[in-house]
Amino acid sequence: MKNEQAKKYGMVIDLDKCTGCGACMVACMAENNVPFKKDETNKLDSITWMRVFQLTNGKSFPETDICYIPRPCMHCEGEHGHSPCVSVCPATATDYSQQTGIVSQIYTRCFGCRYCMAACPYHARYFNWWDPVWPNGMEKYLNPNVSPRMRGVVEKCSFCFHRYQRAMEKAFLEGRRELEEEEYQTACTQACPAGAIVFGDLNNEKHKIHQIVNPDPAHRGRPKNPKAFRLLERLGTNPKVYYLSSREWVRRAGDNYLPHEGSGKGH
Amino acid sequence: MDDALIPKGVKRCPLPEFLMKLGPVVVVLIWGIVAMFMCWFKGLNQTNMNDSYGFALWIWADLTVIALGGGAFFTGLLRYIIGKDKLKNIINFAVLVGFICYSSALLILAIDIGQPLRGWFIFWHANVHSMLTEVAFCLTCYFGVLTIEYLPLVLENRQVDQVSFFHHLSHNMHEVMPIFAATGAFLSFFHQGSLGGVAGVLFGRPFAFREGILIWPWTFFLFTWSAAAYGPCFTIMLAKITEKITKKKLIKDDVYALLAKISGWMMATYIMAKIIDTWYWAVVTAPSKGQGFMEFYSDNAFYGIWILILEIVVGGVIPAAILITRKGRSTPALLMIAVVLAVIGVSVNRWVMVLQVMAVPVLTFEGWPMYYPSWQEVATTLLPVAYGILLVAFSYRYLPVFPQEAELNPIDLESDETAESVTASETADAKLSPAKA
Repeated sequence: MKNEQAKKYGMVIDLDKCTGCGACMVACMAENNVPFKKDETNKLDSITWMRVFQLTNGKSFPETDICYIPRPCMHCEGEHGHSPCVSVCPATATDYSQQTGIVSQIYTRCFGCRYCMAACPYHARYFNWWDPVWPNGMEKYLNPNVSPRMRGVVEKCSFCFHRYQRAMEKAFLEGRRELEEEEYQTACTQACPAGAIVFGDLNNEKHKIHQIVNPDPAHRGRPKNPKAFRLLERLGTNPKVYYLSSREWVRRAGDNYLPHEGSGKGH
Repeated sequence: MDDALIPKGVKRCPLPEFLMKLGPVVVVLIWGIVAMFMCWFKGLNQTNMNDSYGFALWIWADLTVIALGGGAFFTGLLRYIIGKDKLKNIINFAVLVGFICYSSALLILAIDIGQPLRGWFIFWHANVHSMLTEVAFCLTCYFGVLTIEYLPLVLENRQVDQVSFFHHLSHNMHEVMPIFAATGAFLSFFHQGSLGGVAGVLFGRPFAFREGILIWPWTFFLFTWSAAAYGPCFTIMLAKITEKITKKKLIKDDVYALLAKISGWMMATYIMAKIIDTWYWAVVTAPSKGQGFMEFYSDNAFYGIWILILEIVVGGVIPAAILITRKGRSTPALLMIAVVLAVIGVSVNRWVMVLQVMAVPVLTFEGWPMYYPSWQEVATTLLPVAYGILLVAFSYRYLPVFPQEAELNPIDLESDETAESVTASETADAKLSPAKA
């Protein structure tokens, strides 16, 4: 691995562009063999690695405004890789990679204590309450690169890590150690019809995400771009998913503020 | 029918009556076992837990029984290490209650995990940064200690004691018991604390998160402190209930008074620390994360501010005030009120640190999820209660749990057939030697 600089893969989602179509959710489920129930009305036990929330500014017509906010796993770095979930898992079934910045989930090691779910403020972690059951014939459409999960374990967005592995294998075979930006992209990024999602290496100045977000290494990656923000910045989770919005109320909705505080407090 | 098994110098009801009375408890036990196997074979979809409530009734029950079982380690510490000799008359019962609580906690944990057959991964793939890892190690080790502490009592059964090997084993185990008491106190300090740490380290959950010293949040120390303070109250409460059921005085009042006094002062100091902790969290910690104190208690009547008052004032200040006064702890009714309120107080504290942590939304665009347990969760939570009642009942019937029972309840030899062979000297012998307990 010599000559290889540590990556920090991240995502920026332009909320001004997001239409809330849900293509990212569908692509994610298909790509990652995410199981579903016959009846998905109870969202509290549905598995949605990528979930689109609808926000409103709470005002009445004509000032009402809405915003859709897709929420994958934030792949928090915390402090020195101690993300909220990684530090609490008693069986080391989830790990923070210093090489990629990706928070992994080892399904065959997880024994289903759900402490990581309690620790995650984003509700990005999901428990398999049932064994996955696919409609007849659908098994043929499962992604062979992603193992389906069994009942009783926790799962979450992996930033399509299997795509990273395939891209790296291909690069190695071609005698390269570095990936081009387009060689590793997540399914949701590619599926977004509005081009609202940008994925790449936050450490690589050539990557679009770095140029858009302009992360400040002196402040644990806080965005220098005034339009950019991270969810729950004040908790110190140090997430690698950024959001862009030109609307003040949307940026304010990204974090908790006391009534007398301005939205800039956490940034 | 089973007279030969009953300790000398004490009287027990006939076996059929004893078994009949336990009938309803056995029904609950079977109900719980059925639910337990349903959870194991069908999975945790048998519960009403969900992705917002990943921790629910079971984890609360776990934390609560461990806190209530704290009477075992603290009474052991007072008896064997600090030298409060009078407590030898309640230590057996404290150990029994502790044994029930900790075995129940382990059972609940075994049901609560999604992949029970992988439970050993917590030891094999241990993450040293996780509070739960520390809990698992210390909990298991301490359960081993409690088993060792309970075993001599079992060996003192009249028939078992006749076997020379068991008699000497029991005697030798008593000799080294202070070592196990010290080990138990050491292990308990860490696992009680780690259970507090489980919530306190959640820096993504401002309701639970606390600052602290090095790797230990303040909840680490508060949980240990509260287990030591409230655990003995549970021991006293159960002993009093046992007295009510058996219609016998089993422990002298001065023993209760001593334990109640120590518990009361522990509780008084704990509740002061808890108030300071709550105040600091409310005015410094939570606001630094952007959340105001009342946000945690609003939007949901079930988790209103009343719960904080119930925990701290009703379940903390009031029982502490009763127990630290001589009149309070020596008045049976007041003592009972105090220990019941204390048990409620510590149970509410554990409830808050599990259920309310899950309920309070952190993302601004999420709401308060609601949760109510399924019957399978209720049944499996009652299972340890039923098992505990049975173990207390059988231990009381066949083992010398209460060293003062014979002295406090002298048998009328002429009118009692079962005691016809008991001579005066035997009765004196059978004062269920506390040194053996």
